[in-house]
Order: sequence, then structure tokens, then C-alpha cells
Amino acid sequence: MATSELKTKDPGIDPATGEFRVVDLGQTFRSITEKIASIVLTPRTPLGWFAYFAIAGAGTTMLLVAVTWLFLKGVGIWAITIPVAWGFAIINFVWWIGIGHAGTLISAILLLFKQQWRNSISRFAEAMTIFAVMCAALFPVIHVGRPWLGYWLLPLPFTMTVWPQFRSPLMWDTFAVSTYATISVVFWYIGMIPDFGTFRDRAQSRFAQYFYGILSVGWRGSVRHWMRYETASLLLAGLATPLVLSVHTVISFDFAVAVLPGWHTTIFPPYFVAGAIYSGFAMVLTLAIPLRKYYHLEQLVTERHIDNMGKLMLVTGFIVGYGYGMEAFMAWYSADHWEAFTFWNRAFGPMGWSYWLLLTFNLFIPLTTLWSRKLRTNIAFMFVLSIVVNTGMWFERFVIIVTSLTRDFLPSAWGTYRATKWDYMTFFGTVAFFLFMFLLFVRFLPMIPMNEIRLLLPQAKIKPKAAVEAGD
Amino acid sequence: MPPREGTYGLLAEFDTPGDLVRAARQARQDGWRRLDCYTPYPVEEAAEAIGFHRDKVPLLCLIGGLLGGAAMFALETWISVLAYPINVAGRPTYSWPAFIVPAYEWTILWAGLSAAFGMLALNGLPALYHPLFNAPNFRDGATTDKFFLCLEALDPKFDLAESKAYLENFRPVSVVEVEY
Repeated sequence: MATSELKTKDPGIDPATGEFRVVDLGQTFRSITEKIASIVLTPRTPLGWFAYFAIAGAGTTMLLVAVTWLFLKGVGIWAITIPVAWGFAIINFVWWIGIGHAGTLISAILLLFKQQWRNSISRFAEAMTIFAVMCAALFPVIHVGRPWLGYWLLPLPFTMTVWPQFRSPLMWDTFAVSTYATISVVFWYIGMIPDFGTFRDRAQSRFAQYFYGILSVGWRGSVRHWMRYETASLLLAGLATPLVLSVHTVISFDFAVAVLPGWHTTIFPPYFVAGAIYSGFAMVLTLAIPLRKYYHLEQLVTERHIDNMGKLMLVTGFIVGYGYGMEAFMAWYSADHWEAFTFWNRAFGPMGWSYWLLLTFNLFIPLTTLWSRKLRTNIAFMFVLSIVVNTGMWFERFVIIVTSLTRDFLPSAWGTYRATKWDYMTFFGTVAFFLFMFLLFVRFLPMIPMNEIRLLLPQAKIKPKAAVEAGD
Repeated sequence: MPPREGTYGLLAEFDTPGDLVRAARQARQDGWRRLDCYTPYPVEEAAEAIGFHRDKVPLLCLIGGLLGGAAMFALETWISVLAYPINVAGRPTYSWPAFIVPAYEWTILWAGLSAAFGMLALNGLPALYHPLFNAPNFRDGATTDKFFLCLEALDPKFDLAESKAYLENFRPVSVVEVEY
């Protein structure tokens, strides 16, 4: 076996399983609590944090400028026209929502599958979900042109007695995304309550004691509370699992229900969900790798996590690859003239470069390299790869949206698309806003669930009385 | 009404979850009913030891989910059939397959909210004050690395001196009296 050699040499590998350890040896309940709590409760904020915060804040200001100008002038400042009425706004919406999906996958689906290694990364993956959904939700709201009428999307009684049209997938989207945002926030907050209790008890400053005391809602760790808490967490995980699968499915309906060639296909729901998880894991890696380095969390976010996320990306990458393959196959097999042309136009048309770029970034680079355990545990490589995959996934949405819209049935209706500086400012502005929120999260909230990590330690095992007396 | 002054109970501190579970199991066997364990992470064995088995969170979750889904489906039907019927390409106003998606989302929404807030309500939270926070060693340990067994004064077997001696039998790190 190739791993037997590694087993003996590498202290990061558990000899019993041949896998990397989830938590390094020699940790106690108190040491991990102090390690995680000290990041937040320290009176001294690292200077680097301020530097990143300033950059992210500047980018967020740029977003505010872009959005303010949009509100003053209207959506005409973007490149959207007829035929490309859905430009960057929808590309970014789909991209951001997709990124959020890995957070729910880690916190819910892996919890149900009892994958305990997820415990160290679940909290900040959930935070990533929430901030990604915030960025995503911004786009449809500002894209409607009159954002102050955004509440028309909701079935509210108002003076014009107009009601929403529930046969439209865009309406389904409203409910899918708003439910997803609500449940993600609730799941995240419920998960943090015991850790807020720890912060309340360990905080030195009066303000922090009050602040975390209120957030902890008086958590005191009674086992009766814990049992209900565990039931509620499992139920929320069980509910979030069909929810996360439904969200990107409903988003794919926005496309698949339309008759446009390149959109009207049944492969879209699974292909969108797999793509979402694929890009989400890439984003978790993009965030986890610098975090574990700057905050010295290598003992809690170990090579096991990086390795496992690499494996999950390999799996979802292949599902995405299958989706691309099916699109090409159906373009030929459907014998539909327009489908065939759309595929040809994607690969060899005026925007063909973007199709090949997406294939290279999403399939050729990751799916050839992620097989190697050496590369999967090479931190620098995985960081670069995560950015490559996220770029590729952005281009996937670009290809789906722009190439289909620029070339629909009638050549007289053909057009082109070239994003304006306001499009770019809004997009990069949301990236900065995402980082801005994430930096605040890292500074003020428990980024690793302390109560769940305690469960992973060997001390948490209850030994029978005989073993204790024998001095085991 | 429980008394609001005097002793709330006796709090024994243990270093390991195993010691706590053994003590809790013994106390339960000896007839104690008003007792609770406090741990920094969920210890299922301790819950079993004090006789806590079933909780009502799943029931709340089910009721919430069913009501949420039914409410959304009814709202969609009412809007599309009665309040604002519009003809979209000749499709029936009562297009129930299309109504499933929002109803599905609301089933999950209200099931999740019921589970989360139902759990808090059943736990009696938020409760920012609790007598146990008065114990000098509770706040340093219960949310970090210590395991506590509390025998409450409401139990008919409770007697300050006797119960203290009883807890000392389990060789805890300490036994302290907790005041209201």
C-alpha cells in the first residue's frame, strides 16, 4: 500500500486508520477552548486584520458607489440590453448562491453522514454561506431597476391589489432563496449559542460579558438542554439538506423552464447543484487556508480537512464534467437545429474563449491533479486551485447566460455583450463586501465550534469503571 | 412556585465525563429526581443517567412544517384562483404542480423555525439569570472543561449536610452550595 510508508513517518497520520488526524495529538478541552476563544477575546487585534479590513472596506465603499449611481441613473449603466437582459447581475447571483451551498453541505449533509472531521470547518463554512447569500440576494433586487418596489415579489396585500404569479420560477426563487437565507442564519446562530456561553464565561471586559451573555441567551450546558439542542440540530440538518438541493434546482428552473436553446434541458438541476457544491468547496479552501495559517489553527484544521475537501471537489467536479458532456451529447442527439448551433457557438463562436477557459479551469486542471494525495495536501497548490475553480465556475455561468442570450432563434435578434465598468465595480464590490463581513465574523464570533471540537477529543470517550481503576 | 431564597442546590464538580455519568447514574438509582448535569458538550450518557429520554422538539418541528406547507399552498391557491386570477397562456388558474415549490420551501422554513425556537422555548431560554451562575467554579468550568452534577433543593430527599456528604462519596473535585 502506498500509504504504509507515510503512516510511520508522518505524525499527522493516525496509525489506526491511515488517515490524517482530525485534531492533532495532545489537545485538552481547555487548550482548544483557549485557542479558539483567545482569537476573539484578545484585547489586541492583529495589525494584519486591520490591513485586510481596510482593503475590504475600500472595496465595499466602491460597491456603495456603484449601487448609488445605479439607483440614480438606472440599470442602463450596466451592459444589459436586449437580447442580453440578464447580464452580470444574474451571473453573479448564481455564482454567489452556488458558493454558499458548500457551507450547508458541510454543516448539514456531512453532519447527517456522521463525518466528524467537518466539525472544525463547519462554522466558518456556514458563515461563508450566509455572506454569500447576502451578496447573491443583492443582485436580483438591484437588477429589477426599481429596488424600492422589491417587496412586490412577496405576496403582501397592498393598495393596488396586485398579487404575485406563482406559476413563474422567478417567484419560486424568491421563496427558495429567502427560506435558504433564514434557515442558514437560524442554523448558524443556534450552533453558536453554546460557544457564546463559553465566551461570556471567559470574557474579561464588562462589555464583552454583556454582549456574549445576551447572545448566549443564558446557555448553561444542562444535559437536558443539550439533548433538545442536539435533536434540533439534527432536525435542522435534515431540513437544510433537501433545502440546499432545492435552492439551486429552483435557480436552474429559471433557465430550464425557458425555451431558449442551451437552457431548456433536464440536466440543469443536478448539474447546477453539483456545480454549486464544487465552487463552494473551492471557496471554503480559499478562506480556510489563509485562516489556519494566520491564526495558527493547523492543529484544528488539519491536512485531513484539506485532503477531504480535495476529494469532494474531485467527485463534484466529475458530476459537473458529466453535465458538460450531456449538454454536448444532447446538442447532437436531440437533432435540434438550434441546440446544435448553440453548442457550436459556445465552443467556436465569438465568445468561444470563455467556454475553453471554463473547461480548462473546471475540468482539465482540477480533475487531472486532484487524484494525487501529494497535491491534495500541498497547501499552496490547493489555494491556487481553489481560486482557479471559482474563476472557472464564474465563467460557467457567464457561458450559460451570455452565449445563449446573444444567439437565440432569429439572427436579426442577435447581439453581443460587453460588461461596463459599473458591472465590474458591482461584482468586485460584492467580493470585497463578502471579505468585509468575513473579517468581522472572524474577529467577533467563534469561527470554530468549540463544543463540537471537544467531542472529537479522546477525553470525551466515557470509559467503564474497571478501565479507570486499572489506570487506563 | 419554587422558593426564591435560600439554597438552590448542591453542585459537585468532576474532571471527566465518566465520573459525572457514574455519579449521576448512582444518584438516580438512589431515588434522586430533581437533579441535573452540566457539561461543556453534549454527553448523552449523562442524560440517560438522569432519566431524560424523549423530547418534544421533533413533534413541534412536524407540526410547524405541516402548517407552513399547508398555509403556503392555501395562500397560492387563494391568490391564483380567487384574489387575482390571470390567464397565462391558457393554463388553469389552479396550477397545483407549480404551487408545490413555494409550499415545499415553506414546509422547510416553518419546520426549521419551529425546531430551533421550539428547542429554545422547551429549554426555558432565554434565561439570562440562573442561580448556578452564582457558584464560584461554575462559570469557569461548565462551558469549558468541567462536568457538574447538581442535586436540587426541591428534591424531597434534599438535606444540606446529608446530601453534601452523599456527594462527597463520589470523590468530586469539590462540592459547593448554590444560593438563589
